[in-house]
Amino acid sequence: MNPRRKLVCLTAGTCLFLITLVLITAALLLVGGALESGRDPSAAEGRIFGVVVLTLASCWLAWVLLSKLHENYLRATLRMAEEVDALISSGTRLGEYGSPELRVLGHAVNRLAAARDVLAGDVAERVREARASLEQERSRLAALMAELDRSVVVCNLDGRVLLYNQRAQQELCAGSENLGSELLGLGRSIYHLFDRSLIAHALERLQHKLNSDAERPSAQFVTATRSGKLLLAHMSPVLAAERIDQEDAPVSEITGFVLILDDITATNERDARRDALIQSLTEGGRGPLGSIRAAAETLSEFADISPEQRERFLGVIQDEARALSRHLEGAAKAFSDDLRVRWPLEEMLGADLVNAAVRRIGERSGLAVKVDTVDESIWLRIDSFGLLQALSFLTTRLHDEYHIREVRLALSLGGRLAQLDLMWFGTSMNNETAMAWELDSMTTGGEATPLSVREVIDRCNGEIWFQRERVSHRAFYRILLPAADSPKEVPRSIQLPRQGSRPEFYDFDLFQWSASAHELDDRPLSELAYTVFDTETTGLQPSEGDEIIQIGATRIVNRRLLHNECFDQLVDPQHMLSRESIGIHGITPDLLVGQPTIDTVLPAFHAFCADTVLLAHNAAFDMRFLQLKQQALGLNFDQPVLDTLLLSAALHPNQTSHRLEAIAERLGVSVIGRHTALGDAMVTGEIFLKMLPLLAGIGIHTLRQAREASQRTYHARLKY
Amino acid sequence: MTKKVLIADDEQNIVISLDFLLRREGFDVLVAADGEEALAKARSERPDLVLLDVMMPKMNGFDVCQALRADPELASMRVLMLTAKGRDTEVTKGLGLGADAYMTKPFSTKELVAQVRSLLGM
Repeated sequence: MNPRRKLVCLTAGTCLFLITLVLITAALLLVGGALESGRDPSAAEGRIFGVVVLTLASCWLAWVLLSKLHENYLRATLRMAEEVDALISSGTRLGEYGSPELRVLGHAVNRLAAARDVLAGDVAERVREARASLEQERSRLAALMAELDRSVVVCNLDGRVLLYNQRAQQELCAGSENLGSELLGLGRSIYHLFDRSLIAHALERLQHKLNSDAERPSAQFVTATRSGKLLLAHMSPVLAAERIDQEDAPVSEITGFVLILDDITATNERDARRDALIQSLTEGGRGPLGSIRAAAETLSEFADISPEQRERFLGVIQDEARALSRHLEGAAKAFSDDLRVRWPLEEMLGADLVNAAVRRIGERSGLAVKVDTVDESIWLRIDSFGLLQALSFLTTRLHDEYHIREVRLALSLGGRLAQLDLMWFGTSMNNETAMAWELDSMTTGGEATPLSVREVIDRCNGEIWFQRERVSHRAFYRILLPAADSPKEVPRSIQLPRQGSRPEFYDFDLFQWSASAHELDDRPLSELAYTVFDTETTGLQPSEGDEIIQIGATRIVNRRLLHNECFDQLVDPQHMLSRESIGIHGITPDLLVGQPTIDTVLPAFHAFCADTVLLAHNAAFDMRFLQLKQQALGLNFDQPVLDTLLLSAALHPNQTSHRLEAIAERLGVSVIGRHTALGDAMVTGEIFLKMLPLLAGIGIHTLRQAREASQRTYHARLKY
Repeated sequence: MTKKVLIADDEQNIVISLDFLLRREGFDVLVAADGEEALAKARSERPDLVLLDVMMPKMNGFDVCQALRADPELASMRVLMLTAKGRDTEVTKGLGLGADAYMTKPFSTKELVAQVRSLLGM
């Protein structure tokens, strides 16, 4: 019963009660009057009138009182209840109304709410702090991983990649036939790269070692990559928190594994070359030496030998000695790089060495250092610390003993040797002094080392000498150093994650991921891995010979768009571009010269898409192009496909435009790089991520539901 | 009776010395320049001892040695293998295939002659 009706009923009841009371009283009075038999009928009438008036007054009073009570106790209580409900979910407070008692209650509730808000604020603050520190740790981890000189890949037991560093990406993907494609990526299977049984076997060994209480269980295996590299992999387990089994023994459960990879191709080759060298020197020399020795011994043994025979034996000796020299010479030349002293040398850009030397000499000895010509292209393999020490030591002595105020540095290349000159003008210094300096142990600015300049240079497999030009009064130390090949491009620093986004080469949430456990159809959309892609084409009619000229794609894993794992490839359509299409995609024919054709690009893209749901805007268009090609190439793009156009139509059926820009604007996604395949793919991905919660709002949670909703939309019936 | 020795080696420069030495020691000396020739001469000439180089064209010393040992008529023939590789595995292989002795180049000519003599029981 609603409050107002309650009030009316209550009032009506009270009034009825009063009226009844009055009627009974009046009846009794009338009966009493009748008994006294009309002594004074007017007096009786007057009394009745008074009673009626009194009754009406009481009824009115009852109404007033009851409505007051209703207002202050009943309605106020209900209102308060509503406000408390609101207060639970928002920061509002109860107002001042109702009876004094209710007001006291209201104040108490407000105090409670205030206390709760403080607590909630506290919790939120802690959560924020914790998240910030977690984020920081993650960034640190990411930076650390990127800096690591070795390849690291972390996988869960399904072989899904949870973390990898850039080094791993380079080492594992470089030179593979899949151009541009990232075989290594978050959530991807490591079995694309390594043989499943190899990993399983290593895991078995790990488990075995773990069970037998090995201190730090690890397993090793050597494997060749598709590009023919030899990798030595160290595998260590990722263990779950220890739990206690029935017999009270701690059990460590493997939840994943860490692979640390070393490229041993070069080491292996070097070792093999060394072996070959040793063998050729020992075994190759035996034959000729055998002949020489036999001839020599025969000559000395038998004095009575005839002149012709003597000639023959001498001929043998000369002949074999020459052969032996040639052999030695050849070996020395062929293996010269392997015969060097093995000291850990680092590869360094020559110009960097010169710059470092300028700084160091300036700091240590206070000399002015000028840089002469420096060949910027030279790479050196050196002990840079030792070399800088040597330069610093020499200049300090020049300064201290010969008062040289300025030196110059120059670096040039002659064949396979780099030539580093430390030059100065003025005071002549003799060769003996220069030699002595080379052999003295180095002390500069309090730093003493037992090493001499000569030893450092030897370590670098170089040579040093002192030279003077009398006419120009120029003197210099010339240091010859073997030049190195410019190293493979290894980025030393990582791209910092964009503001607010997490770095993208790890995702530990994938630990909970088990792809094989569920059918894709019933998996939540937010859990799936997607390849978001877009193509640029020569025109709109694939059936009439229009071709793909660009494929751009990125991935979504665990609701994150992976900016680091992209596929971006131009394709030579072997076909003229029309002027109109150039206007749209901006790809001119000259950009396509030398690009691979679809025959090589599509298989690579197929590999890139493995194990993901395909996602594109107006996917039907792109799929038509892919499907026309797939059969000829023996591929099958049979993954589930989602289309943001159809999903948008399902979400906002009353909107007229479902163009990418229109959707982006509706969902607040900023559009950059539109009409490059990768740019559009990125926008599509961001739109899709924004759509996920909206789709959930209309009951679309799983892949099946999304597909069914797409099919229902009007646009699904359109044919392109 | 003069003993007959077959020198099987394709290196002319060592053959010159070996030929000279063994003749001076009073042996009958035959020379073969490859494995097949060595096997043929061993069968036709029946030398008392073969100086067998391992690295030879057409047929290597191991194969020759094996073929010789497979022929019961040649059982009394002594085989002294010479090699330019000094690996243990090779020496063991040679002896395992039935060679009587093994010498690694470079060797002392005196020792070689002594070895030949002792193998022939002289």
